[in-house]
Amino acid sequence: MNSPVYIMWLRQLKKYWRSKPRVIGALGQPILFLLALGFGFGPIFEQAGQGSYIQFLAPGVIAMGVIFTAMFTGIEVIWDRQFGFLKETLVAPVPRWKIMLGRTLGGATVATAQGLIVLIACIIIGFSPSSIYGLILALLFMFLIALFFTAMGTAIASKMEDMQAFPLIMNFLMMPLFFLSGALFPIDTLDGAIKTVTLLDPLTYGVDGLRFALTGMSSIGIITDLLVIGVLSIIVLLIGSKLFSEIQI
Amino acid sequence: MKVNEKTEKIISVKGLTKKFGEFTAVDNISFDVKKGEIFAFLGPNGAGKTTTIKMLTTLLESNSGEIMVSGKKISDKDGVRSTFGIVFQDQSLDDELTTYENMEFHGVFYGVKQPERAIRIESMLKLVDLWERKNDFVKTFSGGMKRRLEIARALIHEPKILYLDEPTVGLDPQTRNYIWKYVNDLSKLKGMTIFFTTHYMDEAEKMAEKVAVIDHGKIITIGSVKEILASTKTKTLEDAFLTLTGRGIREEEANASSRMRMARKAWKK
Repeated sequence: MNSPVYIMWLRQLKKYWRSKPRVIGALGQPILFLLALGFGFGPIFEQAGQGSYIQFLAPGVIAMGVIFTAMFTGIEVIWDRQFGFLKETLVAPVPRWKIMLGRTLGGATVATAQGLIVLIACIIIGFSPSSIYGLILALLFMFLIALFFTAMGTAIASKMEDMQAFPLIMNFLMMPLFFLSGALFPIDTLDGAIKTVTLLDPLTYGVDGLRFALTGMSSIGIITDLLVIGVLSIIVLLIGSKLFSEIQI
Repeated sequence: MKVNEKTEKIISVKGLTKKFGEFTAVDNISFDVKKGEIFAFLGPNGAGKTTTIKMLTTLLESNSGEIMVSGKKISDKDGVRSTFGIVFQDQSLDDELTTYENMEFHGVFYGVKQPERAIRIESMLKLVDLWERKNDFVKTFSGGMKRRLEIARALIHEPKILYLDEPTVGLDPQTRNYIWKYVNDLSKLKGMTIFFTTHYMDEAEKMAEKVAVIDHGKIITIGSVKEILASTKTKTLEDAFLTLTGRGIREEEANASSRMRMARKAWKK
């Protein structure tokens, strides 16, 4: 293949696959959430007549695995800037949006793979997807969530040089987005301002779509989920490309 | 009429200025580099060498002035980028990829198609004695091996100009000697233009056909080594350099790059 987008994508995948601690480490937090919350709050959730909490929680935990991997892909821009490789790509006669696209697609693929690993771990723990066909739709949603957050991480990293500040900013952004997304609780029982805030969170649509794909449960509707997360991913990708194009070293 | 290669300009800089906030890193400089020439761009730390190279290689935009590279305006970024190869002052390889993967990546980015890419990778790696290590990760390499790989990588797309920003810093005399011999061959046999910076004045004296000395962002002299020695009434380029730029260590220059970075941050705000 002679495409810069492809070679950039391939680089991301090779680096991910060669870093086994990264693969295993990114499993820790989602599995901890699934075990601690799933088994801790499970009985209360069931007593409230909401069914199995593990079934409800697993899509949220998978989304967590995806977004944490995706957002932190952005740190590779800062890493590459710090260790010189970014210069090598920026002096090449390749439009920068192609470099950004390759990076983002690579990061999104890696994050989707990480989501798949979390899904397998969830199944081992006791989660049961409603259908085999739903898994294909689930992969699509995982990829869209990954695309949105990888592009966002890369866009933010394009404007930053401080490697230590990046994880702090990412956590500051990701935690509210995750907790307000309906990953941990059903959003249809919410009212007023909190419901509005939840509906303003892009991840809400990703989690809802993923939950529908894996369990058949949805609070918003699959078409709306697909449209919102799909359109937002494209918008963030465009913004990211612009910011990445403006990098000066 | 056949154009003499050493009279044709390949890099032309006019009135180039770069400021970071209040700090003027490069101050209204002008010079030409001829095709096939080995051009040394010298100066003390923080003088403006790397900032100039960054502007010549499209990594940084100037505040004013004109740059023409190989007949193309610097605003034609992709056009200019395809004409040169560069070995940066700091390492720019991906340590987590193998030797071959680093070369392959560069080849794809510079549009070198297969099967030509594979042929060139093999020939370049053999040239710098790294073919046997093609499947090794770069993180296992010594500084000298990394430098050789960077030079091989910079040449895979057969550029017209090779920028070398302090290519021999931190290397042992054997590797330095090897690198300069190879660079000299590139210039003599392939007619490649070499634009380099170094703090080793003996290397510049031995290699350069033309030397420019920059200090405090301004070019203070330009000419052949012979002309500079004559004008400064010195016997070595190092003496000439010290005569021109002073013998004292200038504290304000010691951390010039970090000062520039801070100024740039302030300027961005």
